[in-house]
Amino acid sequence: MAVDGAAAVPAPLVRIRGVTKAYVRGKQRIEVLHGIDLDIPDGDFVALMGPSGSGKTTLLNLIGGLDSPSAGELTVAGERIDALSGEALAHWRAETVGFIFQSYNLMPVLSAQRNVELPLLLTAFGAGERRRRARLALALVGLDDRAGHKPSELSGGQQQRVAIARALVSDPRILICDEPTGDLDRKTADEVLTLLQLLNRRFGKTIVMVTHDPKAADYAARTVHLDKGSLVDAPAAGH
Amino acid sequence: MKYLHLVWSALLRRKTRTLFTLLSLTAAFLLLGLLQAMNSLVAGSADFLGADRLITQARISFTQPLPMRMLPQVESVPGVTRVAHSQFFGGVYQDQRQGFPQFVVGPQRLLDVYPEWILPEEQRLAFVSTADGAIVGARLAERFGWKLGDIVPLTSFIWTRADGSRNWEWRIVGIFEGRDDEWRDRAQLMYLNYAQFDEARSPGARGLAGIFIVQVADPGMAEEVAAAVDARFENSPDETKTQAEAEFQLGFLRQFGDIGFIMNAISGAVFFTILILTGFTMSQAVRERIPELAVLKCLGFTDRAVLWLVLAEALLLCALGALAGMLLASAVTGALPPDFPPLRTDLRVWAFAGVSVLALAAAVGLPPALRAMRLRIVDALAGR
Repeated sequence: MAVDGAAAVPAPLVRIRGVTKAYVRGKQRIEVLHGIDLDIPDGDFVALMGPSGSGKTTLLNLIGGLDSPSAGELTVAGERIDALSGEALAHWRAETVGFIFQSYNLMPVLSAQRNVELPLLLTAFGAGERRRRARLALALVGLDDRAGHKPSELSGGQQQRVAIARALVSDPRILICDEPTGDLDRKTADEVLTLLQLLNRRFGKTIVMVTHDPKAADYAARTVHLDKGSLVDAPAAGH
Repeated sequence: MKYLHLVWSALLRRKTRTLFTLLSLTAAFLLLGLLQAMNSLVAGSADFLGADRLITQARISFTQPLPMRMLPQVESVPGVTRVAHSQFFGGVYQDQRQGFPQFVVGPQRLLDVYPEWILPEEQRLAFVSTADGAIVGARLAERFGWKLGDIVPLTSFIWTRADGSRNWEWRIVGIFEGRDDEWRDRAQLMYLNYAQFDEARSPGARGLAGIFIVQVADPGMAEEVAAAVDARFENSPDETKTQAEAEFQLGFLRQFGDIGFIMNAISGAVFFTILILTGFTMSQAVRERIPELAVLKCLGFTDRAVLWLVLAEALLLCALGALAGMLLASAVTGALPPDFPPLRTDLRVWAFAGVSVLALAAAVGLPPALRAMRLRIVDALAGR
């Protein structure tokens, strides 16, 4: 099912070189990532693992364009995102990345359909086209019959599938998943991970997933381990 | 428009809180609408008055009478075409609560300078030739059910008769109508013939008028004519102050206090209260939604887009409350009985409400909107 170690693939979709991230807390500078080098090829499914505080979520945020590195180069889908302004980065995220969170982060007052439509509000699609695409995405995750339901009327697994539909609806190249099964029971977690694997294998989506769960990591094509802000066992592909 | 459901759903997140805020806004704008309707009535009370009329009053105060002998002198000032005289009568009919204004006038002169009042010719002649004659506005006649020939007893709190009595009787010889809607609404006063008034009042008060109404040939020269009239009586025992009729009217209203200032002060207090309340609601609403706003940013909404979403939410909330309040104010002013002042939530009042909504939305929406704009995604998602 999952393969540990680097896979030989053509061009990296994500190219990370010498990336450092440091936070300043009061007078103290805390470096959480130390000169990371990593390549993630297009169509890869990578699990980022490591103990708490190892910097895996920070690295995930950098790859997803939610944060900027303190130093180093970060190229995703051909774009040097470390050099983009806040507004350009927002546009880039809308076009390139889909996000899946541990706690789903759906809008509680919107129906599943409306939640999935959210990223499409940033496109030029009309209301009809937005509805159609959201329905398709919900159908893909097996929830087309729950389109009118609000998050509170859905189970945890169903909410996470709505979140996956929302991440997919604008057809991004890369899916960023932060502990996507952390709040789910084993059975539901397996369903969600199978779905992610399907998206990777059948639809060629590149997936970067942070997880603590070795069983979840088994669904990925490879696993990258971080410890104390450095990669442990996965050198950049092509190195 | 495509973001409307997003803005709307944010308001529905806490339905009870939104409902109570909307009710507060509605109550505030109902009050604001009524106060401004009153303000508009006062401010607009002189708009309709002719630009070709001046009022000459005693320099000290308009309560100080002027001798009638000055009238031909005013009439002889270059640029003056006609002069009428008027004296406030201050009469009470039946009950003090049933107040309406009465003025003692020279009938022909009055009707000459006020072509806005329409009166059948035979009634005009009757007013001129009946010493105790009076003409009443059509609205006033409707209010009291008066008809031609009725005798109206008035008790003047200003003028006594030669016999010491304050009771006067006036015979209705005409019912006048306004030339247009503006004047028709104002046909709620009574004009009394100077002939009976001057003959019957106590001898010491005879031969006096309250003010002169001066019609000028060219409204563009009104200021020069006013100055010329005042110059004619300079250093005399009866120095005058001549001003545009509209100015005089506003000055008369200001003797009761600066109504505009009072209304605006109360409106300001209402506005401030609602600002605090709505501001608190908006801040709380945004604080609760920090993670959701961060998710929007994750999805690609720019900082500015998030700022506008929060501002739009504040605007929608304020606009809905204001609309409900203003519609209620319109309903209330529309349902006022005819003996109330003709309050209207006219364009001026709606414009005031519109500007208030924008100012309120900006004041209550901007602080949380800026906070939402500045929030860092990773901090917000991490609950920091």
